[in-house]
Amino acid sequence: MNFKGRDVISIKDFSRKEILHVLDVAERMLPIAEGKEKSDLLHGYIMASLFFEPSTRTRLSFEAAMKRLGGNVIGFARPGTTSLKKGETMADTIRTAESYCDVIVMRHPQEGSARLAADFASVPIINGGDGAGHHPTQCLLDLFTIKREKGKIEGNSVALIGDLKYGRTVHSLAYALALFGIDMKFISPPELQMPKEVVEECREMGVEINIENSLDDIGDMDVLYVTRIQKERFPDPEEYSRVAGSYRIDRKLLEKAKKDVTIMHPLPRVDEISPELDSTPNAAYFRQTFNGVPVRMALLALVLGVVE
Amino acid sequence: MKELRVQPIKDGTVIDHIPPGNALKVLHILGMERNLPESVISIAINVKGKRGKKDIVKIENRELDTQEVNKIALIAPNATINIIRNYEVVEKHRVKVPDELVGIVKCGNPNCISNGREPVESRFIVKSREPLRIKCYYCEREPEDISSQII
Repeated sequence: MNFKGRDVISIKDFSRKEILHVLDVAERMLPIAEGKEKSDLLHGYIMASLFFEPSTRTRLSFEAAMKRLGGNVIGFARPGTTSLKKGETMADTIRTAESYCDVIVMRHPQEGSARLAADFASVPIINGGDGAGHHPTQCLLDLFTIKREKGKIEGNSVALIGDLKYGRTVHSLAYALALFGIDMKFISPPELQMPKEVVEECREMGVEINIENSLDDIGDMDVLYVTRIQKERFPDPEEYSRVAGSYRIDRKLLEKAKKDVTIMHPLPRVDEISPELDSTPNAAYFRQTFNGVPVRMALLALVLGVVE
Repeated sequence: MKELRVQPIKDGTVIDHIPPGNALKVLHILGMERNLPESVISIAINVKGKRGKKDIVKIENRELDTQEVNKIALIAPNATINIIRNYEVVEKHRVKVPDELVGIVKCGNPNCISNGREPVESRFIVKSREPLRIKCYYCEREPEDISSQII
């Protein structure tokens, strides 16, 4: 399997076999990601980290991944400090950056920006989120987390909970889970339901999808993947509080779930998971955040052709 | 004697079986408004045909190539292209939607990168021809009403 020079724009660009290969490489990266082993695998390589939009986890974990492997990082975390402010196009910014680096990681507020960047750049582009579009590395780290928490991806039942309409991570994740033959529950307020194209696509891939509006029936789920319901989606603040409150995961709800249920969240969270659960073995969201590092290490090493 | 509304042409291209009322849109898609050819163009709208009304466009002294004409399949999927030489039809074929539409349809998603200031043309991938479904190469959205988004 050869990933050298490849762009990582959407999870749909990967086959199931390729996803598993990335996760295998990520597994091998774990001791380095944890700082237990030192590595100079990417010594002499430069990653440009171009964040046209703010990010905490994606940017920091990519930079940590590159540095843990002995590589260097250049870039910006806010476009205000670049020539974009003078009116330069993104395409020109990409062409400039690629002449200084070996790989570009980018986040941009507009959909399709990573695809466009990949057409202009000769170095690999890794999409760290393009507006409401794709976020493939989040999806890979979510799969990696399920694999680590449960031992394997296949055979688990997963509930995607919260804002399924606008949450970009859940669209890619639903597709990827369907690729692994996983039956899913989509649980959200009626106004924030999973787009019907995503539902249809999953069903066409042969998995069972149940659409629900409450958390009453989660007793047989292996994984609860919770997302944030954003205040700005509701014109009325009271309506927001009512809706958000009814999708909150707390100790009482946990009693209804399987004993070994895994709770995931792409973070940042607000009120959707009670902090009282943080210390339970079920809370996997901080381990999930850490998993961004080995997965991104694997991707960097693969697209740079240092690992096959 | 019945008088022909539009005279036969000696050499050029006849686009027949355009849905009634769409002839001007066809010329627009072909870019005739922007690059007006020197040859004569005749347009017939609401002509009675065997299968009801239709529009016809005749472009003299210019043979349009297939790629160029296929773009009109978006609004005239049953149109036929006739290449005329010395009053004879030497080639006749139906239009076919191309695999990709570049610079023809504007993406309806205001947050799509193709609607910004970037140096790219709009680009759509044809997912299926019947029914016609296209998706933006950049943001992957599918327009609901394609004809209203023709540039």
